Amino acid sequence: MPNQEQYNFAYLDEQSKRTIRRGLLKAVAIPGHQVPFAGREMPMPYGWGTGGVQVTASILGKDDTLKVIDQGSDDTTNAVSIRRFFHKTAGVQTTTDTHEASVIQTRHRIPEAPLNEGQILVFQVPIPEPLRFIEPSETETMKMHALEEYGVMHVKLYEDIAHHGHIATTYAYPVRVNDRYVMDPSPIPKFDNPKLHMSRALMLFGAGREKRLYAIPPYTKVHSLDFEDHPFEIQSWDEACHVCGSATSFLDEVIINNDGDRMFVCSDSHYCQQRSGETQALEQADQA
Amino acid sequence: MYVAVKGGEKAIDEAHAFLAEKRRGNPQRDEISVAQLEDQLGLAVDRVMTEGSLYDRELAALALKQAMGDNVEAIFLLRAYRTTLPRFGTSQAIDTNEMRVERRISATYKDVPGGQALGPTFDYTHRLLDFTLLAESGSTSAQADTPRENINASGNSTDHEAYARVSSFLRREGLLKLPKDLAEQEVDITREPLMFPCPRSGRLQSLVRADEGFLVSLAYSTQRGYGRTHPFAGEIRMGYVEVELFIEELGFDISLGEICVTECDMINQFAGNENEAPQFTSGYGISFGFCERKTMAMALVDRSLQATDLGESVDTPAAQEEFVLAHCDNVEASGFVSHLKLPHYVDFQSELALVRKMRGEYFKQHQDKSNLDQGTPSDSEEKHA
Repeated sequence: MPNQEQYNFAYLDEQSKRTIRRGLLKAVAIPGHQVPFAGREMPMPYGWGTGGVQVTASILGKDDTLKVIDQGSDDTTNAVSIRRFFHKTAGVQTTTDTHEASVIQTRHRIPEAPLNEGQILVFQVPIPEPLRFIEPSETETMKMHALEEYGVMHVKLYEDIAHHGHIATTYAYPVRVNDRYVMDPSPIPKFDNPKLHMSRALMLFGAGREKRLYAIPPYTKVHSLDFEDHPFEIQSWDEACHVCGSATSFLDEVIINNDGDRMFVCSDSHYCQQRSGETQALEQADQA
Repeated sequence: MYVAVKGGEKAIDEAHAFLAEKRRGNPQRDEISVAQLEDQLGLAVDRVMTEGSLYDRELAALALKQAMGDNVEAIFLLRAYRTTLPRFGTSQAIDTNEMRVERRISATYKDVPGGQALGPTFDYTHRLLDFTLLAESGSTSAQADTPRENINASGNSTDHEAYARVSSFLRREGLLKLPKDLAEQEVDITREPLMFPCPRSGRLQSLVRADEGFLVSLAYSTQRGYGRTHPFAGEIRMGYVEVELFIEELGFDISLGEICVTECDMINQFAGNENEAPQFTSGYGISFGFCERKTMAMALVDRSLQATDLGESVDTPAAQEEFVLAHCDNVEASGFVSHLKLPHYVDFQSELALVRKMRGEYFKQHQDKSNLDQGTPSDSEEKHA
């Protein structure tokens, strides 16, 4: 970018950032409620994290340390691309360490390690409307939220159980925030849903193409929708992580040869590295 | 093995270098200049300016060069640049009645004041490949030393005279209904999120930026029975108009210069009702530069989207405001379609685990059932594998 001096700190002009921050304040004040905002075109495609990028751009200060993950990993191509973008346009410190980061932008995962107070997790959201696949019209879904008319969502989940014996939603699993709004937690696996509940960190959600912001403030009740006789449950694996041996983290499946043999590794790359570092250190200590 | 899913940083750098190489093409040949694109691929430049929402021929040509001729990519580049530009004012509405016309046709009247002028159109060319263009003779014979005069059907020059739009004659007679909420407060869809129902100004802004292909298909659908709007091309005109800005400190408008626009007025049928005398209705299309197909399609879709205002049933895709406006932007659409290229390991892993679990239950159930039926255990897993 030869003319990058022409761009403002963190790319967006201050006016646009202020607009977004105003929207975020409203979002925090009404947990789980979708706030429309005038999304800007960003220099990456819609659907590739423009909502998250705009949120991050508008909350980032010079002293922040940014971590960007995609599918839990710091090293997936789009995470690299977004991290570089902010390194270039804002010159902020970047990190892969979950605890060092003051702002973490994420796509599809919440880090395994619990977050702390003062940290902000920014989610990239493709379709912010949890009712969208039941009711395609925005005019209608806005009414349904206003009237707290969420029966259709329960009917959908019930139909899942009737057809499949299970609730067939495995990611972007709908939650109810603060006993009021039904919210799409973005396409995180339902494995991560419990981490939303009473989180110590502030969670901000940005949908660029759909031009919506929403938030879960720290220590907010977040309930994954379920039935008394079909309580919400998360995924579990019979295997453990091939690299760090974790039996409690979310595992990605990797096909390792043409015969289709598989191995499982942590999706959270920093968590995995940290654990395998510790394991190695322990082993070395044992040997010594 | 784990390393194979890492290394994103290096891969990105390599990809960018490879792309730059592809873009340049054969280094033995001359590099194409932005100025050449601006002049000789003018219609591509016009489309990029229109859907990119920025009137700057040079930057649009640059975007096309950078995008290797991919229009949608170029539009995206221009949009991403545009969004960073500060606003220092809002121009006065352009007056197309004052257009310095290069092309002007009406399909509803044989002749209109000012006459009809074909201008630089493909319309009556035979679509035969012109192999003489292969020669690249470098000759400039096609360009006259003096500016070309526009010749209308009666052989008269139409240059340097302003003519009222055809629709204004019908309006004067009360034959043409003014679209609803024309005079309302304008919205700016780049500064405010689009909300539904959308005022017409927001609708028109969305349609100008909308993907040409999408609009043409929607417009076509209204002609083939998915909508009944009976259109006539009242007028299509292309030419130059002045853009003026009111300066508070001076107390008057100053001219910022001229832009080239194409405008289409569609005249559509509408039967009145008990409370209203029969009137024609209309649809409107406009673009930067010469994007005639786009403006015609836009006008048809604009008319289609007035269904609710006109008390018509909203039962075709082209009449459904949310469907059309939420999906017409190609920067949004291509972004979301292309995001499927991004990794989805986590979501897929979640689905995979569920499907495996459900399959397990399915086979177990079937095995139990066949055991019951036959009284002996059988390998139903084998049967279904």
